[in-house]
Amino acid sequence: MRPAIMEEVEALRGINSVKIKEASEAGKKVVGMYCVFSPQEIALAADAITVTLCGTKQEPIEAAEKELPRNLCPLIKSSYGFAVTDKCPYFHFSDVLLAETTCDGKKKMYELMGKIKPMHIMNLPQTSQGEEALAFWKNEMIRFKNYLEEQFNVEITDEKLSAAIKLMNRERSAMKRLHQLNAHKPAPMTGMDMMLSQWLKGFNVDKEAGIELIERVIKEIEEQMAKGVYAFDEKAPRILLTGCPIGSGSEKVLKILEESGASVVALENCTGYKGLDVMVDDTVDPITALAEKYLSTPCSCMTPNNGRLDLIKRLAEEYQVDGVVDLTWQACHTYNIESFTVKNFVKEQLNLPFLQIETDYSDSDAGQIKVRVEAFLETM
Amino acid sequence: MYSIGIDVGSVAAKAVIFDGRNIIAKEIMPTGWSPKESGIALYEKLIEAANINKSDIGAIVGTGYGRIALPFIDRKVTEITCHGKGAHYLDAGVRTVIDIGGQDSKVIRLDAEGNIVDFLMNDKCAAGTGRFLQVMAHALELDVSQLSEIGRGAEPQNINSMCTVFAESEVISLMAGGASKESIAAGLLQSVCKKTYSLVSKVGVENKVFFSGGVSKNPLLKEYLSEKLGVEILSSEFSQFLGAIGAAIIGYK
Repeated sequence: MRPAIMEEVEALRGINSVKIKEASEAGKKVVGMYCVFSPQEIALAADAITVTLCGTKQEPIEAAEKELPRNLCPLIKSSYGFAVTDKCPYFHFSDVLLAETTCDGKKKMYELMGKIKPMHIMNLPQTSQGEEALAFWKNEMIRFKNYLEEQFNVEITDEKLSAAIKLMNRERSAMKRLHQLNAHKPAPMTGMDMMLSQWLKGFNVDKEAGIELIERVIKEIEEQMAKGVYAFDEKAPRILLTGCPIGSGSEKVLKILEESGASVVALENCTGYKGLDVMVDDTVDPITALAEKYLSTPCSCMTPNNGRLDLIKRLAEEYQVDGVVDLTWQACHTYNIESFTVKNFVKEQLNLPFLQIETDYSDSDAGQIKVRVEAFLETM
Repeated sequence: MYSIGIDVGSVAAKAVIFDGRNIIAKEIMPTGWSPKESGIALYEKLIEAANINKSDIGAIVGTGYGRIALPFIDRKVTEITCHGKGAHYLDAGVRTVIDIGGQDSKVIRLDAEGNIVDFLMNDKCAAGTGRFLQVMAHALELDVSQLSEIGRGAEPQNINSMCTVFAESEVISLMAGGASKESIAAGLLQSVCKKTYSLVSKVGVENKVFFSGGVSKNPLLKEYLSEKLGVEILSSEFSQFLGAIGAAIIGYK
């Protein structure tokens, strides 16, 4: 049974797009972001609102393809398409954009997007290993801080940073506890509802209200669990979904998995658990703490990226997973190449079945994916 | 008691009756535009050919892309699992199944019990499938069944395009350049062989290897594959019925 409170979570979509308009018109500054590497705390410490920008729907891709190559990841095309068509309220009301040099496709797309709106680019090191990488990334934190101070004519003090770190840690901690509910066998939440809750948090204009709502979601689900009400029965194969980010509009593979009888219990991707695993250390200098936290993100744009394997292993055990599905967006080279490493790791080290699915946002291959997914589940 | 396996593919619908030990009847017909209607027609034809009573049928299992359209089946199982079971029934030593049908190709690795260890399917594209050969044969004014016969002994032309649409233009250019029909036919089968080889290489090949699906009816392609993979490739008169056989066996259990 679906928790009734999920309707309230879904309603955030409409509420947030109105709230962002009101906040912007009331003179609040808005910083639009795309990525889990974006240090929201710095923007919050500048008294700005942080929002995730749209990039999970098929519709604007056609418009993007007028300028971008067709053979490019759908997430990049969708993000750019939303920007050029001005169909994303969060993009529309953003005063500045924050972007990072993650993959090649994104960083070159950002050069074009930066012509539409003021954009700050944070240069990510190519590795998360070593002191030099951390020092470099720490300097990027300072550059972003200076940029916002200048743009918004504010001072970002350590006190404000510390307060923002505490707030974001509370949000992370709530989202993490929500995700961990599905470690229970059987899972109390569908993977679809989990994805939706995690995805929608990015658009929360009012962070406190968002945290409060998630606390209530957790409470309601715990009450259901106490009554023995779950989203799946004990026999449903438990799947860990890893790979490229997903959201509303790009949930095809997750949806097919659950329609075929699987219970997707862990979302290892960056729209799911990846960014929630590590908190920002609130006992040290805020800028250093932020640099450390964000650099620890196990993304495929880093080399090497062994942290992802460690995280998959941990989640597979904690969530009693029966199989791992790796989603790769077409033309996402980093995740696509890394899939071979993940496959070998999952099969040989974890002794679990593994399936990679390479696809885009369109529905044209839904039938084929269904065959693969069903066959994969039939092996369990 | 009998079980029926029915495999409605993109090009042909296949069905068999299994009595617990043997396949006692098999039927095949074109899928046509309606997988549902051809599925029903095939079912009736099969019952008639085997001369059995419907009340003696324990279970009907559907597979293939048209499986969802069949109203009379008890259960549906994917063609991947069914091909594994079917190959295992025909020869328990089979560890790799290469299946090339009308719209997709797949490689399936099996364990000693016929369970699936790993599998890989082609992307959403007709390259290297039966449809590809059909379109190309048409460009050569041949029937797809003639490609092997005509191509045998010829020096294969190099056809590099992976995409069916581009490959057709490539074939037309080769024809315009005076290349022989024989060498183009051989080249087309070689190109399917190369595409299949890259798919097989990702999953790995282990003896014995069974070649199934409509495209397995091309003896020259089978020889090319055998040479490229360095293994013997089995096939049988039941090759195209592998999915249906697997479905019937699953239904009997």
